[in-house]
Amino acid sequence: MAQKSFRDALNEALHLEMERDPSVIVLGEDVSGGAGGTSGNREASGGIFGVTKGLLPKFGEHRVIDTPISESAIIGAAGGAALAGLRPVAELMFADFVGVSMDQIFNQMAKFRYMFGGKTRCPAVVRLAMGAGMNMGAQHSQTIYALLTAVPGLKVVVPSNAYDAKGLLIQAIRDDDPVMFFEHKALYPRKGEVPDGAYTIPFGEANLLREGEHVTVVAIGRMVVFAEKVIDALAKEGITCDLIDPRTTSPLDEETILESVENTGRLVVVDESNPRCSVASEICAVVAAKAFRSLKAAPRSVTAPHSPVPFARELERAYVPGPTRIEAAIRDVMQD
Amino acid sequence: MAQPLSAERLKRAYRQMKTIREFEERLHVEIATGEIPGFTHLYAGQEAVAVGVCEHLDDADYIVSTHRGHGHCIAKGCDVDGMMLEIYGRADGLCKGKGGSMHIADVEKGMLGANAIVGGGPPLAVGAAIACRNRGNGKVSIAFGGDGSCNQGTVFEAMNMAVVLKVPAIFVIEDNGYSEHTGASYAVGSKDIAGRSRAFGMAAEKCDGADFFSVYETVGRLIDSARRGAGPATLEAKITRFYGHFEGDPQLYRARDEVKQQRATMDCLKNFRARVTQEGRLTDADLDAIDTAVLAQIDAAVAKAKAAPPPAESEITTDVYISY
Repeated sequence: MAQKSFRDALNEALHLEMERDPSVIVLGEDVSGGAGGTSGNREASGGIFGVTKGLLPKFGEHRVIDTPISESAIIGAAGGAALAGLRPVAELMFADFVGVSMDQIFNQMAKFRYMFGGKTRCPAVVRLAMGAGMNMGAQHSQTIYALLTAVPGLKVVVPSNAYDAKGLLIQAIRDDDPVMFFEHKALYPRKGEVPDGAYTIPFGEANLLREGEHVTVVAIGRMVVFAEKVIDALAKEGITCDLIDPRTTSPLDEETILESVENTGRLVVVDESNPRCSVASEICAVVAAKAFRSLKAAPRSVTAPHSPVPFARELERAYVPGPTRIEAAIRDVMQD
Repeated sequence: MAQPLSAERLKRAYRQMKTIREFEERLHVEIATGEIPGFTHLYAGQEAVAVGVCEHLDDADYIVSTHRGHGHCIAKGCDVDGMMLEIYGRADGLCKGKGGSMHIADVEKGMLGANAIVGGGPPLAVGAAIACRNRGNGKVSIAFGGDGSCNQGTVFEAMNMAVVLKVPAIFVIEDNGYSEHTGASYAVGSKDIAGRSRAFGMAAEKCDGADFFSVYETVGRLIDSARRGAGPATLEAKITRFYGHFEGDPQLYRARDEVKQQRATMDCLKNFRARVTQEGRLTDADLDAIDTAVLAQIDAAVAKAKAAPPPAESEITTDVYISY
């Protein structure tokens, strides 16, 4: 099977779905780029992270829509187009820009089906690039899937690898509910085995990446990469862990997590978000409430601190949960 | 130029306006009894705008509406009984009692929802207009909004994007004089809503919102152009509302007798009747018959809504997702 980057896997998903279904459109800032420029290059960008490359030449300007910098209108247009029967994939560029488009996400597309008594569907996908690690500062680096995970009506996807990214994005596009699709910027160049054809990964089914006896580690997005490394190293010492990648935070596969904790009795959740009202705190709460008697130790979470994302390299490095803190948490939970 | 409306079309337009008026007048009475839950914003006084626009549309054209949406819903063909049931919060309401007055929708009819967020609708209308453009079927998407909404950034974003993408979106701004409890003459900085829209690069016209024919003819030109691919446009309709921002609003911001005078001079139903009878196109008897039929229809809708059961509690968690 071919090795492909996370970015190329997403790009392939878009190509395949746009070929398959003429109602799929892509819209956002610089999704092709170059419109109105002086070079005449009509695909000057292909998306700021290159995820939408090659779509414009193949599918044309009516389906690959470069928009003004108007995030409310981008998300709103996606919601309206979805109500009107299209399957839009809107790119919000940086997840932080949820701030200027929140109404269209959580008051509009999330609630249409409910408010309209189940008589409509809103099959829109919003792609959001998230995460710290590139020194982009406090307004271009946040990990905010918890904000949207809390909203009834939205589905929230956080892939951790190239294979999942492709299958989950195809699922998101085919899904009839609005889907928030978070892509960690640091994952874009990471390669993995990705088949050429289309395939889907169902939402709400966690991926059990490692099996062990002592600790259940739940990691999300880029944190899976760090957790794998730590878990493989600890296995050599005889500390073995289940590693669970939920893949979607809404719906959340509680069952897989609870089953694992029933076996291991110990939980560590790794989440790049700020700690309060996070997916990490949610998973700890679910386990405490539903698997309390299985617990041998208090659940631990490894998250960013309660601060904005700092700029300086040294500070940002310390901000992002990494292998050292994950390892410390696993060792710590073994001490209880 | 558009053909003069046939007698049948005139009757239909009058019936639509009268239905909206009586729907709202009756709600005004029924809300005072306390039986209807929540917030209700009445459209009485503005009927000629909704009907003047929607008489150009069919089910494959789209509209998005506002918190003051009953008129747009009726004009676009939403079932009156279903709407009344919805406003009463009943199981058989158009939205199963989950939406209420501010969220009535019927996507099958091209009615993409009333909207409780001022300025929430226009971006949605641009999306629906993209769908129309891509289908190449000559259909249009209408964003209704008020003078208050046109001070929201979302409306500016939507207008600009519609121009950039050259999609068939028509922004219908109903300037009823008040943004909630604040005068439009204060809150609309430029005082010229159509002029603002023109500055975005689209055609914009003004009309008399109390005159069905002024609305119908003016917006007809804009809609025809949009259907032919000319891109978006704005209609600014000057109008008034006969009631407060919401039912129960004491309207301390309005001069004494303002509404009384406006009901005498700006009533689209009276204006319509005067014109069509003077021109000999319809008779008073024609219109009286419609009045009688509409009153009976509204009576029946209210009786049905009062007697209808509420939704089952198990409905709270249905329709959140299609699959989860």
